[in-house]
Order: sequence, then C-alpha cells, then structure tokens
Amino acid sequence: MGIDLIIFTVLSAIAIAAALGVILSKNPVNSVLCMITCFVAIAGHYIMLNAQFLFVVHLIVYTGAIMVLFLFVLMMMNLNADIEPQKRNWLKYAGAISGGALLLVLVAALRDASLPAIQAGGKTDIGLVSNLGKTLFTSYVVPFELSSVLFLSAMVGAVVIGKK
Amino acid sequence: MPVQYYIFLSIALFCIGIMGVLMRRNAIIIFMCIELMLNAVNLLLVAFSKMWVDAGRVDAASAQLFVFFVMVVAAAEVSVGLAIIVMMYRNTHSVDINILSRLKN
Repeated sequence: MGIDLIIFTVLSAIAIAAALGVILSKNPVNSVLCMITCFVAIAGHYIMLNAQFLFVVHLIVYTGAIMVLFLFVLMMMNLNADIEPQKRNWLKYAGAISGGALLLVLVAALRDASLPAIQAGGKTDIGLVSNLGKTLFTSYVVPFELSSVLFLSAMVGAVVIGKK
Repeated sequence: MPVQYYIFLSIALFCIGIMGVLMRRNAIIIFMCIELMLNAVNLLLVAFSKMWVDAGRVDAASAQLFVFFVMVVAAAEVSVGLAIIVMMYRNTHSVDINILSRLKN
C-alpha cells in the first residue's frame, strides 16, 4: 500500500465523515464547521492531484469567503437547534433511501468502467498558474469575460435584494 | 491508483448532498448541500484531468479551468442566494422552506 493510497484513504474518510456531519447535526453552526472541514479535505485531494492553483483558489474562495459568508448569515439570524424546522420522520427516511438508491445505482454503473489509472508524481506542472493562465487567456478568453459580466450582475442583484 | 476510487468518493459526496437536500428543511443547510454537490463534481473533474495528463494528453488543463469557472459561478450564486434567504428571513422570521409553499395556492 503506497503512501498516496494512505493519504487518499485518510482524506476521503475525513471528507465523507464531515459531509455526513453537515446533514446530520442539528445545530446549523456545527453544520457550517463540518462543511469547512470537508472543504479542507477536498483541498488536500486537489494537491494530491497536482492542481496547485485550484488548491489555493479553493481554500481562499470556498473556505475563506463562501463559508465565512454562511457563518455570518447564520450568526446574524441567531439560529440554533431549538428553532430548527422539523420534518415528518417518514419524509426523512424517504430522502435517505432515495439518496442511497442513487448511490447504489451510480456505483454499480461505474464499477466496471475501464479508464487509465492515476500515477503518483508524473508531469506536475499542469496545475501551475503559468500553464492555466496561458490556457485561460488564449482558449477560454470569451467565457472569462462573460463570467466578469455574471459577477457584476450578481453583485448588483445582491445589493438590490438586500436593500429592499 | 485506479481513477475509480475518485469516482466512488465523488459519488458518495454527491449522494450525501442529495440526501441533505431531501432530508432537511433549513434553507441554509439545503444551500450548503448544493455547494457540496458542486464540490463533488469539481473533485471528479480534477481527477479526470490528472488521469489524462498521466495518459499523455497535453490539453488536460481545460478540466481545471472548467473547475475554476464552476467556482466562479458558485460564488455568484452564493451571494445572490444568501441575499434572498436574508430577505426571506426578514419577511417571515424563519428559514423553514415549508413557508415558501405559498405559491401553491
């Protein structure tokens, strides 16, 4: 068992346990903290997969910005476990069973797919800023500009909705 | 290491996100589960990128740029979505999505 397999197993266990903590904990603040743990584990996977730029962006954008935004909103609303909206039990079981059924179907469908294997090491410069930036500003410059328009409209939309 | 391991991990995270959307009534938790599903797909895209790099393809950086764009869209979505949730909380003093079924009548 190689070192990469050990690291993969540990990170996967952390990610899945934290994801289960997100949906199972009663207190929403605990959910957000579990989510941050899950995202850090996924960032570890990124660095295992030679995606160094995405690792940094993931840590800054997801863990640093989006989750802190969630935490701010939760603390502003002063939610806690007492006023957590309750749901009928059979609906919870139905949700869990249908999610599990989807898991089963997807695993069964993709178990025998023949794909090339991932090697540890190999060509490591694919995820660096220079390489990604060259591709972004040559092949993908139109989507890049469009995403800036999207950001502007999202900013205006958030301000307009928030001011009402 | 077979790429199937990453496929299975992504499927597990995605299905946990789906279970969260179906099981919870709190609008913020549902929103976070959507983020979890986006991240599962991102992880799978990065794994496939690495797989094709090891198989000798030179244009595998496209997958990582796709992940970058998914992150951009997710950030825009979160800013608008949280603004909507805050507005809804101001009107109804609750984040229970059952209250939002008013459109049905």
